[in-house]
Amino acid sequence: MATVDLKDVKKVYPGGVEAVKGVSIAIPDKQLCVLVGPSGCGKSTLLRMIAGLETISAGTCSIDGKVVNAIGPTERDIAMVFQNYALYPHMKVYDNMAYGLRNRGMPKDEIDKRVRATAQTLELAHLLERRPRELSGGQRQRVAMGRAIVRSPKVFLFDEPLSNLDAKLRGQMRVEIKNLQRQLGVTSVYVTHDQLEAMTLADVLVVMNAGLVEQLGAPLDIYEKPASTFVASFIGAPPMNLLPLRSGQLEGAVSLPAIPTNAATIGFRPEDCEVGADGAAAEGGLRLMARVQGVEPVGAESFLYCEAAGGRIVVRVPGRTAVAVGDQLPVLTRREKLHFFGGDGKRV
Amino acid sequence: MSPRVVFPNKILPYLLVAPQLAITLIFFYWPASQALRQSMLREDPFGLSSKFVWFANFKKVLSDPNYLNSIQVTAVFSIATAAVAMGTALLLAVMAEKVIRGRGVYRTLMIWPYAVAPAIAGMLWLFLFNPSIGSLAYGLRWLGINWDPLLDGEQAMALVVAAASWKQISYNFLFFVAGLQAIPKTLIEAAAIDGAKPTKRFWTIVFPLLAPTTFFLLVVNTVYAFFDTFGIIHAVTGGGPGKATETLVYKVYNDGFVNLILGDSAAQSVILMVIVIALTAIQFRYVEKKVHYG
Repeated sequence: MATVDLKDVKKVYPGGVEAVKGVSIAIPDKQLCVLVGPSGCGKSTLLRMIAGLETISAGTCSIDGKVVNAIGPTERDIAMVFQNYALYPHMKVYDNMAYGLRNRGMPKDEIDKRVRATAQTLELAHLLERRPRELSGGQRQRVAMGRAIVRSPKVFLFDEPLSNLDAKLRGQMRVEIKNLQRQLGVTSVYVTHDQLEAMTLADVLVVMNAGLVEQLGAPLDIYEKPASTFVASFIGAPPMNLLPLRSGQLEGAVSLPAIPTNAATIGFRPEDCEVGADGAAAEGGLRLMARVQGVEPVGAESFLYCEAAGGRIVVRVPGRTAVAVGDQLPVLTRREKLHFFGGDGKRV
Repeated sequence: MSPRVVFPNKILPYLLVAPQLAITLIFFYWPASQALRQSMLREDPFGLSSKFVWFANFKKVLSDPNYLNSIQVTAVFSIATAAVAMGTALLLAVMAEKVIRGRGVYRTLMIWPYAVAPAIAGMLWLFLFNPSIGSLAYGLRWLGINWDPLLDGEQAMALVVAAASWKQISYNFLFFVAGLQAIPKTLIEAAAIDGAKPTKRFWTIVFPLLAPTTFFLLVVNTVYAFFDTFGIIHAVTGGGPGKATETLVYKVYNDGFVNLILGDSAAQSVILMVIVIALTAIQFRYVEKKVHYG
């Protein structure tokens, strides 16, 4: 259907604030690209530039190979799902979905056919005569999706569409969005600050920070090889443990593997920690003595919040644990599970 | 429904509403009942005695061609004033949304006319459009219009409508600006993405969502045109030429305080009260149904 190409896109607001400082992303056809990052990282601005709701200060945005910088949102043939859904409160669900089609001068019976078919897919058929305020949060979310789908646009844009839903519904809708996107095969850009949503939805994951792309790639690649300490601490829950190195040494470590010369930070994921592993496994790995400061049993797993080597780390243990606050534990991370980052935060 | 407050004390609640009740009784019910009584009395020419005549005053008023003319004048005047005042205010409010630099100053300037007293506003317009000395009247004549509101009833009507709506525009503007600000920006953006051009967006999204504001202003403007424009009419035309701008309120004043026909005047004010109550009731009963709140 369509590709989306961003080339060195910048956004400078009047007053000099630079929200997006040169971003290049190529989204292949039918793929779902997730922009993830903390608030203020420029991800929403970027999305709004693709939508045409914000002007592009520099660089180009092309949809389907055509530069759309000068084209308004009306002519870009995109659909957007807003965080607050932006349903027209004075229109029935049916009219909300038909509005975009009517504006494009589609014949009445064709509109009717499309709206009803879409409503069927989204299980909205019985709600068509209601107004938005008579719907629950999840239903409104569906209508917003329906309004986007019914037009069969070139590109879907999602601006944190699930953040107003409760946790259970969010999980459910996440799966539905993914399935729907795959089924319809529409190129999509999805903005979120939730790393779980980012990991599960993305074909292409873009981690943004301070107006720049920190890392771009497949979600699991990013998870396994974070390009910087920022990505390492942003992707994964709980985030990667990061401990500072002083001249190639980690104070308080029982045993330390060979460390790249320019490394300034050592990182390891909570789930890669082994508690009380034997000496053979420890060969070449990082061994620490950790003092437990808090225990969080979640059910299927438990998180131990510990102090080790002058820093704080989180250790994940499967199932339940007999470990109590104040205990001293030997914690091992194998060599291949260790990450090293240089003084500038980049991976080495 | 929130739970109702229950006062354990029997007297306190009455004491608390007493000031409001007293004000309403003294300033509304008492004068209204006086008017009602007065409307059924007929004074002798010297004002020394009065006679109870039941509905004779009403019969006389309602069969008076001057009174029927006044009803027509009021209808034209009210509809025109409300339409001009609300239409212009809405246009200005929408334009004010687009102003980026000096928005605050622009809005403040727009509100000033509201602070001008009606009679003063009337005088301003009277001078501006005075056929012999008015600067704008000069302009009109230069455009080839035979401008003389002192002789031409329609021109006089246009003048009072302009003056009356000019004063009300500020008030309407204020409410429309607030109403426009209450419409979420994302709705407009969603409509843009849905392929609606600016004009279409305004009529299909913005205007329907402004309906609560528009309805409120419709009620307020109607009441304004009926009652609060006395000062303007008095200053600009005095009801003339002939009786071309004599609205119901102005006729009540003219018959009662100038011509001293107290019974007729009282009957007229009772009829006027009934008309306004009926109009407001109709607006709430029928127009409000088309309004969506939120």
